[in-house]
Amino acid sequence: MSFDAPAMDYAGLSPVIALTTGLVVIVLASVFDSVKRFGPFLALLTFAVTAGCLIWQWSADIDLVSGSLRLDGLAATLSILVVIAAAVSVLLAIGDPSETQAGRSDWLALLTGSVLGMVILAQATSMLTFFVGLELLSIPLYALCGTNLRRRESLESGLKYLIVGSVGSATLLYGLAMIYGASGATGFQAISDGLQAGDGMLSDSLTLVGVGLVAVGLAFKVSIAPFHQWTPDVYQGAPTPVTAFMAVATKAAAFAVFIRFFLVALGPLADQWDVMLAALAALSIVVGNVGALAQTSLKRMLGYSGIAQAGYMLAGIVTATQAGVDALVFYLAAYVAMNVGAFAVVVARERQTGFSDDISTLRGLGREKPLLAWPLTISMLALAGLPPTVGFIGKLYLIEALVDDDWTWLAVMIAIGTMISLGYYLRVVATVWMSPAEESEAAAASIDTAALPPQIAGAQADPFTDSRADRRWYLVAPALIAMAAALFFGVIPQPLVDFAQHAGNALSVWIS
Amino acid sequence: MLSSIIWTPLLFGLIGLLVPRRFAAWVAALGAVITLGLSIGVLAGFDPDGGMQFVTDVSWIPGLGVDYSLGIDGVSIFLVMLTAIAWIPAIGFSALRGTERPALFYLMLLAGETSTLGAFLAQDLLLFVLFFDLMIVPFYFLFGIWGRDRGGESDPEGSPGNGPVTVQSATLKMIVFTLIGSLLMLVGAIAAAVIAADGGELTFSIQTIVARGLPEGSQNWIFWFFAAAFLVKMPAFPLHGWMPDSYRAAPLPALAVFSAVLSKVGAYGFLRVVLPMMPDAADLFQTTMLVLAIASILYGSAMAFTKTDLRLVLGFSSVAQLGFITAGIFAFNESGAEGAVLQMVNHGLVVVPAFLIVAMISERTGSEELGPMGGLAKKAPVFAVIFLIVSMATLAIPASANFIGEFFILNGLFQVDAAWAIVASVGVALAAFYALRMYQLTMHNPLPDGSDSKEISLRDALVVIPMVAIVVVLAFCPQLIIHGSEPAVDSSIQVVKEVAE
Repeated sequence: MSFDAPAMDYAGLSPVIALTTGLVVIVLASVFDSVKRFGPFLALLTFAVTAGCLIWQWSADIDLVSGSLRLDGLAATLSILVVIAAAVSVLLAIGDPSETQAGRSDWLALLTGSVLGMVILAQATSMLTFFVGLELLSIPLYALCGTNLRRRESLESGLKYLIVGSVGSATLLYGLAMIYGASGATGFQAISDGLQAGDGMLSDSLTLVGVGLVAVGLAFKVSIAPFHQWTPDVYQGAPTPVTAFMAVATKAAAFAVFIRFFLVALGPLADQWDVMLAALAALSIVVGNVGALAQTSLKRMLGYSGIAQAGYMLAGIVTATQAGVDALVFYLAAYVAMNVGAFAVVVARERQTGFSDDISTLRGLGREKPLLAWPLTISMLALAGLPPTVGFIGKLYLIEALVDDDWTWLAVMIAIGTMISLGYYLRVVATVWMSPAEESEAAAASIDTAALPPQIAGAQADPFTDSRADRRWYLVAPALIAMAAALFFGVIPQPLVDFAQHAGNALSVWIS
Repeated sequence: MLSSIIWTPLLFGLIGLLVPRRFAAWVAALGAVITLGLSIGVLAGFDPDGGMQFVTDVSWIPGLGVDYSLGIDGVSIFLVMLTAIAWIPAIGFSALRGTERPALFYLMLLAGETSTLGAFLAQDLLLFVLFFDLMIVPFYFLFGIWGRDRGGESDPEGSPGNGPVTVQSATLKMIVFTLIGSLLMLVGAIAAAVIAADGGELTFSIQTIVARGLPEGSQNWIFWFFAAAFLVKMPAFPLHGWMPDSYRAAPLPALAVFSAVLSKVGAYGFLRVVLPMMPDAADLFQTTMLVLAIASILYGSAMAFTKTDLRLVLGFSSVAQLGFITAGIFAFNESGAEGAVLQMVNHGLVVVPAFLIVAMISERTGSEELGPMGGLAKKAPVFAVIFLIVSMATLAIPASANFIGEFFILNGLFQVDAAWAIVASVGVALAAFYALRMYQLTMHNPLPDGSDSKEISLRDALVVIPMVAIVVVLAFCPQLIIHGSEPAVDSSIQVVKEVAE
């Protein structure tokens, strides 16, 4: 009896292999004290090699592992965004209490594991890899949220995310099972064929309930209203480097599979789900923007803003056209730049002010710390969609895709959401530039216990407070690069448009 | 050529960040002067009958069909000149007095000039929308960082009868109001291009969209998306809610150019985009627009007549003037539209010195309230004469260019319906009241304690007198503008005129 091993396309699998190797090396390195402290460099190296592999395989369009994965433009572009976001979180985590308390290697291993899950998710073309990737993404994140071991909020957020995330995963799994029942297949293409071949399966309630449950499960992951309640709490409680990673990378990976599953596997049903997704998108835009107005914590505000932005991006799927996918990928790329800039500043400011992320800690920043003020300002203007930033072009792209496919009402919703969002984004800008700094100085002075003799400072001294955080290269460089990207692609967007179209072209077989 | 006009100010603003702080102002002033020089160069080579000239057209975002497309014609050239001129006194005035954080101040001011010029020169609909949105950003920072809170405890001299205003709330209100309009305009612009392309190649070129035409049903809603943006920017009654607070909080040199030029972009947008692109809708809503315009004239004049804060007097008089301009445009005839273009330039030229004079008055009296003022003319004849000329131009005294402009507009309205012209002319009469009241209450009467009647200083004279001189020169030869803009203006309203008939 002979057994033919499936042909392995190692070139196509190279990003996954690189990440897995990196993960193993990071775990092994923790054993040796002499190399332990190089953890961040190992992680950055892993991500750089992964990015290199992705660029090497940039124009690939191949099925891998018997059709369970597919490396194409969509996978490559969104994996690159994930890897960039992960690399930034590694930098932001240097000197963070979460990384130190949880053990540097463990923290980095968890992060790399999550990235591996995301890269698999971006390539998934079968319900099995879809679910495995999603769980591999989520489980390390639950742990990462709780890595700030001495803060109650961090532990609480980890637990909350675990419970809500599990509900989401269970819902999704149930939906997948129903779709399997309706189509008799697990591969995305086979599901599409199965649904079309089955008699009346396209309008069967089994299929439709399955689609609904999958949409709900994914909506939990990308924090689409009304499945968003966990987002502000988890964002606020989690260590900020983790929040930054979650906000950006999870969205990119989950949207990748969202696009692929709905447009490829459920493509024949587009007329059934587009209205449902449009309603979710509109609700998200309203809930996220209105919710953000009342926040005083920057991280909570960014959480609500993420809900609204997820609504904008979901609108790209609603169109079920290539232009919609392009616009979504463009917006995701823009979203990475805008959020990295904002979170890097939040991290730096937290370390200077004893881990407060209240908006009032930004008072007077424009006058005293321009290296933090400018990236934050540009991030906020970009999130608000003002020119000359990439946020404006992103909105323009989405609106063009929507109007082109007769979804003008949803385009108007985006415009209205953007108007509401000015209320909170510009509050940040106004605090940075238009509020005097006296109070923040007083507040900083009362917290700056490190300057006191140890016997007086006592237990209050926080070893992680870093009064020079605004001059640390690993915090300032990501912020400045993100700012430069947000401005550059706002003025010369064509390279990013090409990037986005590379993703859309991968699906040109399935959508118009 | 046009690109260099647009980007020179921003370039000098950025250079200003690099040079030592005390030179920033002079770098900025140099940038503004070079921009004016380049604009004069374009004016010299401009042919009134030549249609769109100095055209630049390169692909900017081919993936989205957006081009970097610039051009100038008889409608835009005088507004470009106005912009290039107006920024010089604003920068000069601040340069001679010094400001806090000068490098950032001039960067923002010059970024404002770049985006305003961009809006006047853009021939691609999306590029226009982009510059239109961009304009508000530097002014948000200018008003927010260098503005001041009014009223309340910190400013007991503030404005009795007006509530306290904080810079933050005023600027937020301004930007939210303005962007409500312009975001809808973004949707409208994209919809216009998509509908006009009708499955063909998507382009945002204004001329192509006009040539392709829009179906009547779509015109009606797209019209309001554009009109909302333009009416807020002007501002027109009843969308002027942001104006009083921002005007009171803003720093005066920035406010001078804001009021002089940015408000005109809205009126310009009607002529450039709305009338050619949506003639059926414009015709359908002509009465509504005329009612809004007349309401702006009457409301603005009445408010200017009752307000005691000098900034608000000027602000509401702008509402009234922009009402005249809108009425002229929506008369759909040559006389009205040409008068509107002339009046845009006139009003811009008059408002800049007016706001700078307010700054000087406030230095002499410590207040911007008309109530306790008076007697400033006593030892300052030159100052008084300058202010008198500005006031006379504001009230459109016969022989001023403003008189010609208003005459053309009223003549145009008369051709639509005599009733419009008669009601609008009440505004002319009211203008005489508020302009003279402003002049009298500040300059005549006894000088109260604490005020100082001081002659205009040389540095202020250097800035203001050239502006006043331009106003006077224009009074003698307004036909320069009328003739220069005539062919372009006539062709802008050609389509809508045919529809209306």
